[in-house]
Amino acid sequence: MRTLLLLLSFFAVAATAGENQILLKDRPGKNQVVGQCAICHSLDYITMNTKIPDRAGWEKTVNKMINVMGAPIDDADKKIIIDYLAQNYGK
Amino acid sequence: MVDRRDFIKKSAGILAGFGGLTLLQRSGLAAATGTEESTVMDTLSSKGALIKKTYRPPNYETPVNYFDAPFTPNNLFFVRYHNAVIPEVKAAEWRLRIGGDAISTPLELTLEQLRKDFKQVEIAALCLCSGNRRGLFQPPVSGVQWGSGAMGNARWRGVRLKDVLAGAGIEKSALEVSLDGADSGVLKTAPDFVKSLPLAKALDENTLIAFEMNGEPLPHWNGFPARLIIPGWTATYWMKHLTAVNVISKPFDGFWMKTAYRIPKDRFPSGQFRSQETGTAMPITEMVVNSLITNLVDGQTLPAAKSMEIKGVAWDSGNGIAQVEVSTDGGVSWYQATLKQDYGRFSWRQWHQVFEPKHPGECRIIARATSHSGASQPLEPIPNPSGYHHNAVQKITIQLA
Repeated sequence: MRTLLLLLSFFAVAATAGENQILLKDRPGKNQVVGQCAICHSLDYITMNTKIPDRAGWEKTVNKMINVMGAPIDDADKKIIIDYLAQNYGK
Repeated sequence: MVDRRDFIKKSAGILAGFGGLTLLQRSGLAAATGTEESTVMDTLSSKGALIKKTYRPPNYETPVNYFDAPFTPNNLFFVRYHNAVIPEVKAAEWRLRIGGDAISTPLELTLEQLRKDFKQVEIAALCLCSGNRRGLFQPPVSGVQWGSGAMGNARWRGVRLKDVLAGAGIEKSALEVSLDGADSGVLKTAPDFVKSLPLAKALDENTLIAFEMNGEPLPHWNGFPARLIIPGWTATYWMKHLTAVNVISKPFDGFWMKTAYRIPKDRFPSGQFRSQETGTAMPITEMVVNSLITNLVDGQTLPAAKSMEIKGVAWDSGNGIAQVEVSTDGGVSWYQATLKQDYGRFSWRQWHQVFEPKHPGECRIIARATSHSGASQPLEPIPNPSGYHHNAVQKITIQLA
């Protein structure tokens, strides 16, 4: 938890003014996506790839973030995040 | 395909909706995949307005019209990072560490030592992101949706990597030279952005540790205080904020070599980096022959009764550009464009062609470069999983009225 707080405080410092204007679709799962993905990168990484990956593609990306980049996403959140990305930004 | 005029209208509407974001990307529009973010202009500290692809890590491309100049101004040079933690390195505190298991005497150098103890060299070279024009692939490929502006031409001043390594004593076992920079991921679990070079490329007389760009210190966003320059190779190896160079006896097996920046062996020339090749894949290395029209925009309307100039740039991995052919009738007939001043084989080459329109209507303009090795641009990009090496001839349709 302490680590997470440290990370979140870092995020608060690192987030640029412009990135606050990126609005993800207001659907179930958005909170998990914002909370997890935006720790390391701005959310335009998602909107920029709108309709490019299909469900399998988004699943592969989320798995890469967890397994390669070490994103601390548990299995429950992982499913929510993949569903959100596939439904709202998938091909 | 997105209908371009519709798309421009749509984008303009979106931009108007944002308010204040009035600068539309020019030729880069042809590259967009339809997301509003692709046309947002934004300014990083010490930079002019660039086309924002992502805020964090910062990925910004240069509007194509700036490529009309032989050298891309430092404040308009594209920015590309994989990691969001990018320290502002202080020149006095910066140290370059030379080490690795195939070095006999590890060294630590200050910027002052680097500048004074070695012969300085200046090379004009194109810095080109491997994924430049990824956004033009059809079907689309995931990743940063670059238009045509993830590149820039500059005069790089620095010292030869081989001169620096010589002082540290390279052992016979040396195979590769790995490069690390000061940037890192937010999570410490993320693989550090480390690249490696085959020993021969590291020792090439054109491989530099550069500390100046176009006569000025490197901008922070382009690698201050020192970065690697590997002329002819894509920019993934041009490590910014260079902190460590390790000469090693085994293939470097980090994520950014083993998994990322790889291309299928059967579709591109191989053999540049044998120690990193597998049966089917290899790292991207040399740039492929390519060109870009810099002064016309797809869908533009121009007066039919007026002579016009078609301008652009062409480049390859260092063989040099032999010719650029321009067609104004969709490829039926071709003209030899005039090549402008040659700044060296690693620089891009500017070219221009005068066009006297004969009648109003639609006009399809194509440019095609050929290098001194005989390689020329394909009609369609060569598909590959990560969307690298997009070098298809550019087709621009303009209306003459």
